[in-house]
Amino acid sequence: MTAETGVPSTGWRVGRWTLTSRISIGVVAVVLVLLAIVPLTLNDNAVEQLTSLLIFVILAGMWNALAGYGGMVSVGQQGFIGLGAYGTIFFTHRGVPPYLAMVLGALTAAALSLPLSLVVLRLRGGQFAIGTWVVAATLAILVSLDSDFGGGTGTSLTGLNVYDQTMREGYTYWLTLGFAVLVLGLSLLLLRSRHGTALQAIRDDGGAAASLGVRVLPLKLVLFVLAAFGCGAAGAMILANTLFIQPQSIFGVQWTAYMIFMVLVGGLGTFEGPIVGALIFFGIQYEFANGGTWYLIGLGAVAVFFALVLPRGLWSLVEERAQVQLLPVGYRLLRLRSRSSPDPDTSGSPPSG
Amino acid sequence: MTWVNVLIQGVMLGGVYALLACGLSLMFGVMRIINLAHGDIAVVGAYLVWETSTKWGISPFLTILIALPLMMALGYLLQITLLSRSLRGGQLVPLLTTFGLAVVIQNLLQQLFSPDVHSIAPQTGSIATAAWHLTGQVSIPVIGLISLALAVAVLGGLQLVLRTTRFGREMRATAEDPDTAALMGVNAGAVYARATAIAVATATLAGAIFAIRSTFGPTSGSTQLIFAFEAVVIGGLGSLWGTLWGGIVLGVAQAIGGHIDPQYAVLAGNLVFLVVLASPRGRAIAAEVAR
Repeated sequence: MTAETGVPSTGWRVGRWTLTSRISIGVVAVVLVLLAIVPLTLNDNAVEQLTSLLIFVILAGMWNALAGYGGMVSVGQQGFIGLGAYGTIFFTHRGVPPYLAMVLGALTAAALSLPLSLVVLRLRGGQFAIGTWVVAATLAILVSLDSDFGGGTGTSLTGLNVYDQTMREGYTYWLTLGFAVLVLGLSLLLLRSRHGTALQAIRDDGGAAASLGVRVLPLKLVLFVLAAFGCGAAGAMILANTLFIQPQSIFGVQWTAYMIFMVLVGGLGTFEGPIVGALIFFGIQYEFANGGTWYLIGLGAVAVFFALVLPRGLWSLVEERAQVQLLPVGYRLLRLRSRSSPDPDTSGSPPSG
Repeated sequence: MTWVNVLIQGVMLGGVYALLACGLSLMFGVMRIINLAHGDIAVVGAYLVWETSTKWGISPFLTILIALPLMMALGYLLQITLLSRSLRGGQLVPLLTTFGLAVVIQNLLQQLFSPDVHSIAPQTGSIATAAWHLTGQVSIPVIGLISLALAVAVLGGLQLVLRTTRFGREMRATAEDPDTAALMGVNAGAVYARATAIAVATATLAGAIFAIRSTFGPTSGSTQLIFAFEAVVIGGLGSLWGTLWGGIVLGVAQAIGGHIDPQYAVLAGNLVFLVVLASPRGRAIAAEVAR
């Protein structure tokens, strides 16, 4: 996967791995192991909190995959969050064990994104944004009209009472962690593949990318389905964490507000940024969630500020100042035998703008 | 005969949607941005009219005249501060900025006026409920006729301004190619700011009419934006009369859905919109946007 084309005569080569990225892969592995043993070591409340953090990580990563790499600003991902949650309810009503039902719920969201893509994927910019919003609003109405799903008053997830609370929260946490690793891993693989470069080209200028032979629609479709799966998974896990859902809240546009906040603050179009954004949002949510409307006013204002002043988020500061890219997504020019100090002018990090 | 009545109600509802949509359409036509806070701006207008007419006890039809210039100034300011800056940031930034603005507006309104819903109907006296009864089942509500007439007047007026005045020519030239227009001495920034001021004024008018016809609350803006956008797309982008037509189709669809079951009103409109999007016509719209 390292795709190295050596140019020995000048003493330079093109590569993607740097010392930092090698170290950080090690750190990521250690963090993942630590995350995996969390339910064995921490108390129930901490496990539940970390589950919601992982849900935020999934949501931010998926929204960033759409907007940061595909140039698609979606205001309707809550449609897939709701589909994942209500898909889970649908399968538990038919006797499927709850944790299997959550996986099936996420797959349902991905499967339904295929026909929906026919309607919205051709749209661009604001058209796509409102098109997805209408789709999500329509799904919310359809679900609230269905009395099997408890109509507008909501419904509970049953079947989890066979587990005691500690086990239930442990399993929920592990499944969320599994989903997070899966969807972020898939997007990393996609970005590192040949298609990753094509995707960034689409984001920067769809028309120009198409004229260079990039097949725009199939690649956007891959991102759209991946994001639908990830958001569906997040919806299923939100249900597992809260055990009760209502159409207005699970299909609510506030999820999009949260996703935009996390991605903008962390760093649109960077792989690491949304994770940073999710951590920040988790902290803010933990501290100020009781602040009510002022808290939401603050979120909106911060999002506007970042969109105008620092559209590539906090992570871009780290990336530009320190020239680090923790996960090897782009290409960079490396001097032979001096991997640890790449020249600042020749970084191959994703193009800005 | 009930269906004739439903049809009349739908056409008149369509007038409100067209009024709401023309600002969205204008901003998209001139600046190529979709203002995701457009619906919330209409709601701000509604609150302004409601607040002034309840405080001072004068007719909302008079306070609209105070609200319009105020909101125009606000729109002008919005453009020269937030939007002009966001326009320089590429395609995504205006969307993100206006979405953030929508969140701020909704929650500020909630903070200032509580989450309760209001209506301006009581302040208008008998106009909100007055109707001409043609037969036992067919009646024409006065406020519906007023809103339809306003929509035709505003859209026609805009069309006339765009066609015949110097400002209209500058606006069309800037929409076509801002750089070349600048070479001819057209100040794109000023054109954008005036276009936004007009768009905000039409949204205010639509918000006030909507608030007379029905109830509104701090979060009504989201659905207002969706309806406006649906009207624009159904009518075909870039044509003001098309927007009127789109608003009427949407209004009739909602009226028919709502007549079958009130729960189906919004759903019917959304489905018509999605069918139009999926149709060859929708494909043509997508191509137009990609241009």
